[in-house]
Formats: sequence, structure tokens, C-alpha cells
Amino acid sequence: MSQRKPLAERILKSYILQTIAKKTFIIWVVVTLSFVIVRGLPGNPVDIMVMNLMDSQGISEEEARTRAASLLRLDLDAPLHEQYLDFLGNLLRGDLGDSYVLARGKAVAEIVFQRLPWTLFSVGTSLLLSFTIGMFLGMLAAYRRGSWFDQLLTNLSAMIGAVPNTLWAIILVLLLGVVWKVVPLNLMRGSVSPGVKAGFSLEFIGDVLKHWFVPGMVYVLTTLGGWMLAMRSSTVSVLGEDYVTVARARGLPDLRIITAYVGRNASLPLVTALAISIGFLLGGSTVIEFIFVYQGVGLLMSQAIAKRDYPVMQGILLVTTITVILSTAIADLLYGWLDPRIRIRGGEES
Amino acid sequence: MTNFLRETLKTLKLITYNKVGFLGFLILLALIVISYLGPSVVPPESRADTKQIYQPPSWEHPLGTDFQGRENWVLFVHGGAEVISVAFLAGLMTTLIAVVVGAFSAFLGGRADELIMTVTDVWLALPRGILLIVTAFFISLKDVWALALFLAVFGWPSLARQVRSQFLSLKKREYVEAAQLLHLGTPHIIFREMLPNMMTYILIALIESMTGAIYSQTYLVFLGLVPFGNNWGVLFSLAYAKNAIYNPNAMYSLLVPMGGIVLLQLSLIMFSRSLEEIFNPRLRTGV
Repeated sequence: MSQRKPLAERILKSYILQTIAKKTFIIWVVVTLSFVIVRGLPGNPVDIMVMNLMDSQGISEEEARTRAASLLRLDLDAPLHEQYLDFLGNLLRGDLGDSYVLARGKAVAEIVFQRLPWTLFSVGTSLLLSFTIGMFLGMLAAYRRGSWFDQLLTNLSAMIGAVPNTLWAIILVLLLGVVWKVVPLNLMRGSVSPGVKAGFSLEFIGDVLKHWFVPGMVYVLTTLGGWMLAMRSSTVSVLGEDYVTVARARGLPDLRIITAYVGRNASLPLVTALAISIGFLLGGSTVIEFIFVYQGVGLLMSQAIAKRDYPVMQGILLVTTITVILSTAIADLLYGWLDPRIRIRGGEES
Repeated sequence: MTNFLRETLKTLKLITYNKVGFLGFLILLALIVISYLGPSVVPPESRADTKQIYQPPSWEHPLGTDFQGRENWVLFVHGGAEVISVAFLAGLMTTLIAVVVGAFSAFLGGRADELIMTVTDVWLALPRGILLIVTAFFISLKDVWALALFLAVFGWPSLARQVRSQFLSLKKREYVEAAQLLHLGTPHIIFREMLPNMMTYILIALIESMTGAIYSQTYLVFLGLVPFGNNWGVLFSLAYAKNAIYNPNAMYSLLVPMGGIVLLQLSLIMFSRSLEEIFNPRLRTGV
């Protein structure tokens, strides 16, 4: 501790600060992309929006333009860089504009935040489930590597994972609802039965879980194989490490070696992948929620696409990005907690 | 070139050793033949036949008919080429971007490597699913090439990381160090010395990118974002929109194109997994 590095250098190399800087940068990239998409693309969506407004509400072009400007929170006549700065300013105040078709005049932020919990619940629960099962199966396959069990598991999971989620959703509805009739079809539509009041009642929670079951299964099926294969290869490489051999030689109980030595180290690379997969799943949820009429952001997205509600589309893109960034940040912190080695970054190592 | 041909023949011979992989290879070959040669033999279904709507499979209608009374098997034959072309082109472009980015990043090292990897990380951290949907909506993806390029732009980052780490490990081999000492130049070392040694790895990556492209294109088509003709994706989306799922006779118009996509995916996976086993079991423990 006698020779500490200068403060400025320590700040620059601080792990947390670097993470925050990186996350902010990513959010800025998406914000800019979202601006470019609406304002800068050659196929100018703003003009199309103005035309739609003129068409649907029978107003003059001038009026439609001002309305479009207020809906998108952009001053359409200002130079592009001013529009961009305005847009950023509005975003900083949490103002994403107003919806113009789906719920006319309602703030986009409000609409998106109403739907977000449903998606986060259904996707998050399924993801944790498939992550846990996948880790378990992956370790099992790694311990039994080369056996028929391993062969079957790895080949099967690769194949299950290759079938697109859209097709899985349709196959499950077909098998469970139409052919075998195990799950009533009304449980595969919507996120909660009509008439069930939200709250901490057994009825509500049970109903939510029942509606989650089939779409949740789709998420689990499409991601399980990936976790399993990743965990398998990660475990196989950890099993070859010296510290595992040493632990065995010391006569430690198997269970302790599996959990504290192999499991902990093998799951490390998967934790970062977990965060990345949230972003991927949120995109996939658009199709799944469309098929199951699940009242989440994904369904909102497909509705916004069908109705060409640009402010809502933009809002979903931004809110989901920020959600993903936050969850990756949590995963990063978790990583530091799981692996003390990376907590001391910027020092002797690397 | 003759060298390449000989290598290909050797590869084909090796494939027959692995039964699962060979089966995958045969299915893939069959799908390609049906989709690309089939249309010139089988005339397309151009007319709707209102008397033959939703016929179950029979001698006259081997795979049933759809909501317009068109033969499902004819639609199947004509619907594959577009899906396979998009998958192949997207896979090729994804692999190309990833190899170039990964190779140069690994080779340049230092600041450039750091910069390239930061860009890759940022691209990886974006919620690509949603971004893919939003941009696909705003850019009109008119043809196979546009869609393939679009999917490639979204698909390259994770592969680029893998290619980079592969290159980093190859870079330490003696023959590469020898080439560096001889001052053969970076492009020469990458393309003439290292790439040939990574051919199977890249082939597998190509196939995996293809499955990824099929996966993404399926949901883009399903959401109505890709205005294409009667390919498998469009066919099953249409059948689904017509509620074919609840009608036992109509179900085949849903299942036949879905089967096409599933078979294509499975054959690719079987093929690539066996390639992996044949050439380099070590690769499976990679990133």
C-alpha cells in the first residue's frame, strides 16, 4: 500500500467507472440510432406519418406537420442537429413523445411502462428456469462425457435450439391445445383471465402462472440447449484444471468439489452470456407475445408495427435498451462477486 | 483450386463416416435439389381452385391443399429457394465480416484491437432482437440480397470474437512466427498461412450463421416485415393467419412449410455437429 498510483490514474482505470462509461455510450448509440431511424433515413417516416395524419383525420398538411412534430417531440423545421439536441433533451426529461394511433395522446413512456412488467416477468422467469436446468444438465453431460447420455443430450439440445421460436410457439399450441387438449386454449391467450383482479391473491398469482406456462415453455425450449452446451464445454475445461485434481487428491467430498470448485468456476462465463441473452429474448418476445396475445412490450411492438405508431416503436426500443443495459450491469456486478479475481482489475494483471 | 477440390472430396469422404452427419448432409442435399431444380420441373400453382380448399392429404393431393385450394407440395417445391438463398448469403456475409474483423483485430493487437473489440462489445450489448425488428420495419428489404446483408450486419459480432480468439491461438504457432520473420505481410499471413488451417472452423461457423439467419428471418417474415413471395416462411405465416391451426384439414398447409424450415435447420445442425466431431473435438471447448 506504500506505493499507490496517482488518483487520476486510479479513477480512469476503475472498473465501475469504466463499466458506467461503456453503458452510457451504448445507450447513447441506441438513442442516436433511434433518432436516425425516424428522422434521418431516406424513406422519411415523418412524411409518411404526416400523410397518415392527413388521411385519417382530414386535416391540412400544415396542421398535420405540427401535430407530427408534437407527437415526435421534434421541431421538424429546425436544422437536423438542433432537432437531435432537442430530442436528447426531451429524453433526459423522460419524455418519449405521445402515441398517435394506439392510444391517441397518451405518453409513450406511460404505455411502455404499463406493459414492461409482463414481459420482464415472463421472459425473466423462463430465462432463470432454463438457465438453472441448462447448467444442471450441462454439468451432468460433462461428468458423463462420451457416454450415450451425453451424446443424446448434446445432439437433442442442439436440434431443439435450432427450431425457430415462432415455430415452437405454433407447435406447442397445436400439440397442447388442439391435438392433445391438455391446456385449454383460453390459457394460451392473454396474460391473465378477464375478471381476475390484480393483487397479492392466490387466484391472481395462480392465473398469471397458468397463462405464463406455455409461452414460458417456448422461451425455455429455445434457450435451454444453448445453456446446456455452454455449461458442458465450460465444465469440461474446468475439470481439466489442476486445482480440481488437487482438490480430489486432498480427498474433499465430491459434492464440495462439484459446487465450490467446478460449478462456481464453470458457471462464470455463462453469467455474462445470461445478460446478453436477455436482450435477445426481448426481441424474440415480439413474436411469442403476438402468438399468445400476451400483454407485454412485445405485443405492443407488433401492434405499433401494424398501426405504424412510430413514437411507440421508438419508445419500446429505448426502454428495452435501457432495461438490457441495466441487466447487463447487474450481471457484471454479479460476475465480480462470483469471481474475486476480476475485482482487482487494472492492477498487476493484464 | 485443384487443391481446394481435393480437400473438398476428402471432406465429403470423411462425412460419410459419421452417420448422423451424413444423414443431415443427405437431407440438406435433397432440400437444395428440390428447391432449386424442382421449380423448373414442377409448374407453379398460379390459379386458386375454390372447389379444392383445405383438402386433407390423399392420392390426388399428396400433402393436402391450402386456403386457396393450391397443392401444398407444389408450394413446398417453390418455397424453398428463397429461404435457402437468404440463409446462405446471410451466412456467407456474416462469416466474411466476422473473419475479417476478427482476424485483423487479433493481428493488429494493441490499441486497434481494443477499439475493434469495444465496437464489437457495444454491438453485442444492443438489444438486437428489438433493433432488428424496428430497423427492418423502416428499411424496406426488397430482395434476397438486402435481407441477407441486413441479417449479416446484425449477426457478425459474436462470431468475430470467436474468430479473434482462434486467430490469437494460431498466431503463436511456429509456422506463423516463421512467416512473420520472413516479412510476408499481414494479408499474406492471414489469408495464405492461417485461413487454410481454419477452413473447417470457418465452414462450421458458416453453417451456424446460416441457422441463425433462418431463425431471424422466420420471425421477421412472421411479423410481416419482409414482403416476399410464396416462400416457406410466408406460407406458414399465411396459414397461421387463416387460423389453419384449429382446422384438422387445413393443418397441412401450416405443417408442410413449417416442416421445410425445421428440416432445413435440423439438417444443417446435424451436418455441422458431425463436422465438428470429425475435425476438431477441441473446438467444442472454445469460447
